[in-house]
Amino acid sequence: MHERLLRVNMTRVRFCKNCPMRRRTTQAHSKFGLRAVMLRPALMIARAILTLTLTLSTICAADDDAEARKTMVMEIRAGVGATSSEIGKETLNKQVMHAMATVPRHEFVPSHLREYAYLNRPLPIGYGQTISQPYIVALMTDIVDVNSDDVVLEIGTGSGYQAAVLAELVKHVYTIEIIKDLGAQASDRLKRLGYNKVTTRIGDGYYGWEQYAPFDAIVVTAAAGQIPPPLIEQLKLGGKMVIPVGTGFATQYLVLVKKDPDGKVSTKELLPVRFVPLTGGH
Amino acid sequence: MSREASAGLPEARPTNPILISIGLISAAVLAYEILLMRLFSIIQWHHFAYMMISVALLGFGASGTFLSLTIRRLLRGFHLVYSINGLCFALSMVAGVLLAKEVPFNPLEILWDYGQWTRLLEIYLLLCLPFFFAANCIGLALSHFTDYIHRVYASDLLGAGGGALGIILLLYVLSPINGLKCLAVLAVAASAVSWLRLRGRPQWLVGMLAVIAVLLPFVLPGQWMAVMPNDYKGLSQALQVIGTHVIEQRSSPLGLITLVESPVIPFRHVPGLSLNTKTEPPPQLGIFTDGDALSVITQFNGDRSRLAYLDYVPSALPYHLIHEPRVLILGAGGGADVLQALYHGARQIDAVELNPDVIDLVQQDYATFAGGIYNHGPIRIHTAEARGYVAKTNYQFDLIQVALLDAFNASAAGLYALNESYLYTVEAIQAYLQLLNSEGMLAITRWVKLPPRDGAKLFATVVTALRQMGVDHPENQIMWIRGWQTSTLLVKNGLFSAKDIGIMRSFCDTRWFDVAYYPGMHVEEANQHNILDRNYFFEAASNLLSTARNKFIHAYKFDIAPATDDKPYFFKFFKWASLPELVALRGRGGLSMLELGYLVLVATLVQALLAGLVLILLPLIVVKRSGMISDGGWQQSGRVSLYFFAVGLAFLFIEIAFIQRFILFLSHPLYAISVVLTGFLIFAGLGSMFAGKHTLDSSIAGVLWPIGGIGLVALIYLIALPNLFVLFMPLPDVAKIAIALLLIAPLAFCMGMPFPMGLSRIAIVAPTMIPWAWGINGCASVISAVLATVLAIQYGFTMVIVLALCLYGMAAISYPCALARRGQPA
Repeated sequence: MHERLLRVNMTRVRFCKNCPMRRRTTQAHSKFGLRAVMLRPALMIARAILTLTLTLSTICAADDDAEARKTMVMEIRAGVGATSSEIGKETLNKQVMHAMATVPRHEFVPSHLREYAYLNRPLPIGYGQTISQPYIVALMTDIVDVNSDDVVLEIGTGSGYQAAVLAELVKHVYTIEIIKDLGAQASDRLKRLGYNKVTTRIGDGYYGWEQYAPFDAIVVTAAAGQIPPPLIEQLKLGGKMVIPVGTGFATQYLVLVKKDPDGKVSTKELLPVRFVPLTGGH
Repeated sequence: MSREASAGLPEARPTNPILISIGLISAAVLAYEILLMRLFSIIQWHHFAYMMISVALLGFGASGTFLSLTIRRLLRGFHLVYSINGLCFALSMVAGVLLAKEVPFNPLEILWDYGQWTRLLEIYLLLCLPFFFAANCIGLALSHFTDYIHRVYASDLLGAGGGALGIILLLYVLSPINGLKCLAVLAVAASAVSWLRLRGRPQWLVGMLAVIAVLLPFVLPGQWMAVMPNDYKGLSQALQVIGTHVIEQRSSPLGLITLVESPVIPFRHVPGLSLNTKTEPPPQLGIFTDGDALSVITQFNGDRSRLAYLDYVPSALPYHLIHEPRVLILGAGGGADVLQALYHGARQIDAVELNPDVIDLVQQDYATFAGGIYNHGPIRIHTAEARGYVAKTNYQFDLIQVALLDAFNASAAGLYALNESYLYTVEAIQAYLQLLNSEGMLAITRWVKLPPRDGAKLFATVVTALRQMGVDHPENQIMWIRGWQTSTLLVKNGLFSAKDIGIMRSFCDTRWFDVAYYPGMHVEEANQHNILDRNYFFEAASNLLSTARNKFIHAYKFDIAPATDDKPYFFKFFKWASLPELVALRGRGGLSMLELGYLVLVATLVQALLAGLVLILLPLIVVKRSGMISDGGWQQSGRVSLYFFAVGLAFLFIEIAFIQRFILFLSHPLYAISVVLTGFLIFAGLGSMFAGKHTLDSSIAGVLWPIGGIGLVALIYLIALPNLFVLFMPLPDVAKIAIALLLIAPLAFCMGMPFPMGLSRIAIVAPTMIPWAWGINGCASVISAVLATVLAIQYGFTMVIVLALCLYGMAAISYPCALARRGQPA
């Protein structure tokens, strides 16, 4: 992750070499001769200071983000521990937690909400859509139980965050978004951040993506709250599909669809929270 | 009589034009309040309607405080101040809505982002301004015409009554936003009338006001006036999808109906559809009510095989148990349940739908698309409210289907928590069962929520209904299945046979549905396809049928006690005891189980209490500290405040409780609100006039008559109304409206007297207290509107009426006649 941010930073530095300020300096040199020659070291020093400041501030920001991500991951870990009986495990997969600690969530939220990017809460991303709560993203990613050879389909790209998290773990992610502008923005964002393992498409997710089927896992995050039955056919034997049910700001429960190696399909409804209503005050 | 307040004024008798102006202001302000409820039901959700009542009356309370501190100065220029306030009322009505709808408030985020509370406060302040100015007009008039308080108050009430009725009629022909423009014109007209009649100078101001009134509706750009639902409501989200567009929109007081076409990515709206289905629904048009609650008109060309998908939802089960049934569908919407009945070969289908606009779309404009399903064949469509139809019909049915019409997301977020629903009460279930033939079935489908809420509450309600009907073993008449998204509860007018159970098992197996309960079920049969970490549904069913039922309901962390007609809040599941646990689980999804609607109501009540306290106490503190008013009456402020506070609380308690009672009788929420509100206000206005003409002396006996009357009539109604309603229920609507008005008349007539009588008393000894008393009454009303709902949810409407009578009793005790004696010069 640090490397990715530093690459962005280096681009900025290189860009400075060609900036209008440099061109103006060259012109000044030819026009004012000695005076300009005398000014050059000062300009070079100023430029160096500016570059250093920019670099340092970017590194500092990157450090801050990394720190915030660490805190977010710790919070997810605590949440999982407290919900272990509901989700059936004490901890989430290490790779999933690593992916959560790697993907720069602040890049996937609107700029005015960046300061909240690493809070364990859902955030609005425009078009009536949300970026899910990190805890739910981690849980969903863990539930589909993917590995590095897997090919995953996502219905509902949204900001692209879930696809980016999956891309850290699998061979390839195919993602479909029905909102044109949102899909285009997510595609640009994923490309800019170097997520080449994600292929995006704008269109109807109901029939999945036959060209790349079958999939090892399918994640449905579309707001409609429906599970398109044709998707089950595109699920590999032994594959898993997960769907969060509820509003963007409050996931009621997760539906896990499992296709056994013998083709038998079952669903499991998981409460992402330890709340047993039948035992009174206990 | 002290003339301090009106000293130096040219006239102290309100002429008819002035009374008309007051009436017009009152009409506009009440109509504005109802309009705000409509607008915010479209922009946000229903529970904001309560907030609007609170906003309205907060403006009234603030006005009382403002006037009590400034009344002397303002009365010197009564004409100008009155007219300017009228004009400000008109302008702030439009400006308030325009600005408030631009505030990016999102109630779904309210528990995540505390900044949303600030935005809510902004909306509050923007919307309470018009009420402030309107209340200034009325408060000023009450203080100016101190000898004619009854007439002013009567104009106020009669105007308000006319406004309540007028806006509902207006909303049939105009959209809410055009209705708003009309109200602004009305308020400017009221201002102009008063200026002209009060011979205010300069006279050209009247011309200017007239010009403003005429131009106002035309100068506002259409774009400013556009009303868009919250980004997270179904309509807004649907319109984001490629190629989706609105093809028709219809507005009525029942709701804004938006018809949407999505040719690129079809709707495919089939709640509860099995994952084991190969068939896809045909093209559909989406119908959104108030920007949410999607139902669909499905394309049908007569080929029933295209409807095969409708056999793959839990609600199809009864059609496998009863062949060629005669079906009643409650909540027909766009016709999905009608198509399901058609597909399964129902021999007769009676479909009931409340909103005539929805029926019209399917029956007329899109009849070809819908295959004319509402026009012929075995289908009869009825425009009626479900309970009203059930009470009136003479038919018997083999199957009654209660459709699933509420939106999952709004339902799941608890946004319906404050919606009264008479569809799912104990009495409703009993009424449905009485319409069933022998061996007939009632089928109710609800969303699956985890942990179960709707389903468990419905089960508890059905068990109670059966027991109350004398069924000793309700467990033999109930069957409950669930898919991944919806559950269907079947209640049979008879016992389920082994054959029925076999068919049900097979139905579930082929569709990957689970059996939640059937007579004789074993625990290991539950949880086969849609696996939960506990057998929540079976456990709930078993406990609710056992002797430990009450203990189970009490211990359950959601409120699943049966809903009744007295407490018709089926969608309220919140329990205070669970709040700390759910808030602590915020970061891990706990908030998904909190009900926003109820929490917003409670927050509104707290807000109203605080605001009321400040607005009532502020003038008192200022007056006492500054010594600027020398009226002896201020020394008795405790007694005065108690009187007006109690009267304010009690009036709205009774009004709100009776609106609820009459909803069932008039079988239509709109008829009930308009008839009861208008009836109460107009008869209370007449009561006020009567009290003015026959001024009673300052003794407590004077006020005891009307308060005694209120107590007597209300008690009689508490006992007799249910029987009277049953007796008159089969009558035509017009007759029922007339009966409702006759019933309201004596009660409202008496209720119109205590407030002006009290005000007249203090006008004698301390006229500067009039605006303060007016403000206290306003504040009490702020609290009352919200408190009545909180109390009704918790204890039922009967308790609300009983409390109102206690409050009237308290008012009688604190009637300011004692103050008069002490305050009068020796």
